[in-house]
Amino acid sequence: MSAVAHPIVDHNVPPGEPPHIHHMDTTTAYGAAKLGMWLFLGTEILLFAVMFCSFAIMRYYHLGEFHDASKHLNLWAGGFNTIVLLISSFTAAVAVTKAQKGDNAGVVKNFGFSLVCGLIFLCVKGYEYSEKARHGMFPFVWNSDFYHYKNFLGLYFCMSGLHALHVIIGMALLYWYGIRPAMRGRFSGKYYTPVELGALYWHLVDLIWIYLFPLLYLVG
Amino acid sequence: MAAHASAAVNEELNYLNWQKGIWSWLSSTDHKRICFLYLFTILIFFLAGGVAALLVRTELAFAGPQIITDPHTYNVLFTMHGVFMIFLFVVPGIPATLGNFLIPLMIGAKDVAFPRLNLFSYYVYVVGALIGAVAMFNPVDTGWTFYAPYSTTTGTSVSLMVLAAFVLGFSSILTGLNFIVTIHQLRAPGMTWMRLPVFIWASYATAVIQTVATPVIGMTLLLIIAERAFGAGIFDPSKGGDPVLMEHLFWFYSHPVVYIMVLPAFGVIGEIIPVFSRKPLFGYKMVVISSMAIAAVGFIVWAHHMFVAGISDFSAKFFSIVTFLVAIPTAIKVFNWVSTMYKGSISFKTPMLYAMAFVFLFMVAGTTGIYLAMLGVDVYYHDTYFVVAHFHYTIQGGAVIGLIAALHFWFPKMTGKMYNETVSKFAFAALFIGFNLTFIPQFILGMEGMPRRYYDYPAQYQTLHTISTIGAYLNGFGYSFALINLLWVALFGKVKAPRNPYNSLSLEWQTQSPPLHENFAEIPVVTEEPYSYGTPTGRGH
Amino acid sequence: MAHSQSHSHGHEEIGHVVPESTFLKVLIALLVLTVITVLAAKVDMGKWNIVGALVIASIKASLVIAIFMHGKYENKIIWTYILIPFILLAIMIGGVFTDDPFRDHPQPFGAQAEQAAPAAPAAPAAAHH
Repeated sequence: MSAVAHPIVDHNVPPGEPPHIHHMDTTTAYGAAKLGMWLFLGTEILLFAVMFCSFAIMRYYHLGEFHDASKHLNLWAGGFNTIVLLISSFTAAVAVTKAQKGDNAGVVKNFGFSLVCGLIFLCVKGYEYSEKARHGMFPFVWNSDFYHYKNFLGLYFCMSGLHALHVIIGMALLYWYGIRPAMRGRFSGKYYTPVELGALYWHLVDLIWIYLFPLLYLVG
Repeated sequence: MAAHASAAVNEELNYLNWQKGIWSWLSSTDHKRICFLYLFTILIFFLAGGVAALLVRTELAFAGPQIITDPHTYNVLFTMHGVFMIFLFVVPGIPATLGNFLIPLMIGAKDVAFPRLNLFSYYVYVVGALIGAVAMFNPVDTGWTFYAPYSTTTGTSVSLMVLAAFVLGFSSILTGLNFIVTIHQLRAPGMTWMRLPVFIWASYATAVIQTVATPVIGMTLLLIIAERAFGAGIFDPSKGGDPVLMEHLFWFYSHPVVYIMVLPAFGVIGEIIPVFSRKPLFGYKMVVISSMAIAAVGFIVWAHHMFVAGISDFSAKFFSIVTFLVAIPTAIKVFNWVSTMYKGSISFKTPMLYAMAFVFLFMVAGTTGIYLAMLGVDVYYHDTYFVVAHFHYTIQGGAVIGLIAALHFWFPKMTGKMYNETVSKFAFAALFIGFNLTFIPQFILGMEGMPRRYYDYPAQYQTLHTISTIGAYLNGFGYSFALINLLWVALFGKVKAPRNPYNSLSLEWQTQSPPLHENFAEIPVVTEEPYSYGTPTGRGH
Repeated sequence: MAHSQSHSHGHEEIGHVVPESTFLKVLIALLVLTVITVLAAKVDMGKWNIVGALVIASIKASLVIAIFMHGKYENKIIWTYILIPFILLAIMIGGVFTDDPFRDHPQPFGAQAEQAAPAAPAAPAAAHH
């Protein structure tokens, strides 16, 4: 045993080969990474669960207000964003299969498409928020005509805002752990863990929106 | 190898001396070193929270103002006591310290599953603590429970403080996640689930709670910040919100958090008692099942903190019944520990003294908890000193005693040195007497109707308060003495500890003391159950 | 843990490979379900609207978890940790809903805040009588 520290993860390996990990073999490391990511996704779901619970009880208290306030949301924007996210989820899933087949260019194309979808989503969201602000239905610029919608709108901004933050984080992960290494031909059937984990996170972003859209825009 | 060649005193290569210098400690991904990073930091907050407590007790020693002349200062002090002790000391507590040190060693692994994440979670904790420190410039006065609408409207730095708690929670989540994956993936060959030491089972159950419960408080705290920042009115009745909703969301985490605090201590006691009774742990399977049961049932009892908050009768009855249920697995554990000791060959070393104290103190804690679970009784006791005494018996008499017991038990393994038994027993005596002297009067005060969080009281309560304050000083002295003793011996002690001074059978004791950086020269293969002390076929004797 | 069979193309893929065509079928199903959920929301079914919306959303979510996220091919441990957050969410909502719907409300919730304001100006006028 030497007095030199080993790096925990050593990526100095030929392309397509899994990195050397100081204390685990490749199969164990792959299983550990996947379990770790699913656990982390679970914590994200629980984070949003609090807001879903608050939404449930506040809607129970103020059904009329929630119905009326929901009609002020832009259904077309919400529906369009839903479709954008679903398609981006599809390309993220395809990217994992590409990585498993060693098709790094396919990873770049598909993750890239998901990333662009994320950008479109954010632009539409930004448009929605600016419209709300213009009409005084936004925090800090409340118009007293719409102040009685504040319970619904407060939850709407918290939920969709935190979701948008996760879209940004997801885009960063897709680029840094997926697109960037794939451009150097890093992945193969033996090693594609970052692609799988990045895709899992992206699917979570889609998953949350699958529940947000009907609750906020449709049912109110 | 160099490690075996130089068997000379003190120069054996181990995780403490193979790399030197402060930067090697601050950047180390070694779970054993990360244990010490956490240990020193949480003990600082133990001290700070303890000082806040002593200031509170000094003020309450006699009726009338003593050292605190304004109620706001008093509110700040008990808030700080609660926040420091819970979020910054006991919740990281045993898992971040002993859990980090022991889990890989006990399962026969070289490190946790994600060592870099481990170090990162420590620095997340530090950032949370620093944010909390900034909040101290306008310290919070809401109590550690941050109830709305006071917390959403008061002028003190609530947003910063709850943000600090959010960040600290994130550290807790990452630690829990790391431990779950470690225990699933990195067990040595032959280390099946039913051969794991109970400390591992307890840590696993704790890690699950940490990972799934903490996001709930995280989001609740963010909603408080949102409420303060732009008034969505979710928790404010004047805006159509419900303050009881905030309590539901808060206690959904804050009840399971008490199991995060105490389950690892159960694990520690389960390790100490068989060793010092030279007998196998009684009912290993039931101890395992009860650990998981406590974690699970702990998630459905939260509203017993809210019986008089205005919840419906139906809700109160449901939560009362389920709270009785959660006492059962804990009682099973107490039964198993006592049965382990029965007809054993008991050795009254310091760790065993702490373990036995734990069993007694936790029985008081649990029983008084049952009283509080009874609706009619709770209507009277809620928000009195009875509750304060109950939760100090569980948290201090349970979790903190468990931590001190663990630090004594595994001290030779962690440092390679032995402390002086006489000194440690003296500290134990001061601590134990001081603790009971502080809190038994508080049970009586509660029964006599003394409300909690009050900065003053009528003269009729004074005698008991004075006794409680004397006890508090003795208690503080006991802790200081016990910990300073250990610190002194760790830094300057000369008595070298044998590899396995208590003849324990679990894996961490089969390696050298202190362990190698890599834990094991070769990963062990496990072939038998962990507690076969005194049995014909076991290795123990 | 992840020694599932792989569709061999001569590589040793470490996990299960799902063909792109499967993903495409799931995407189409998801888009159809989205259209259905929007159309269903236009029909007024009272309190069943939210039930229907949540049921359809859950079907979509299950497809995403099972196929897109490879959930179907994972082991029991991961299934358990996928389920736990949803179970906790159910417990959270269930617990909160044992509370308010069963409280004795003398007035509709929030009514006191609304009544307090208009009542105040009327009182001085009444006092003159």
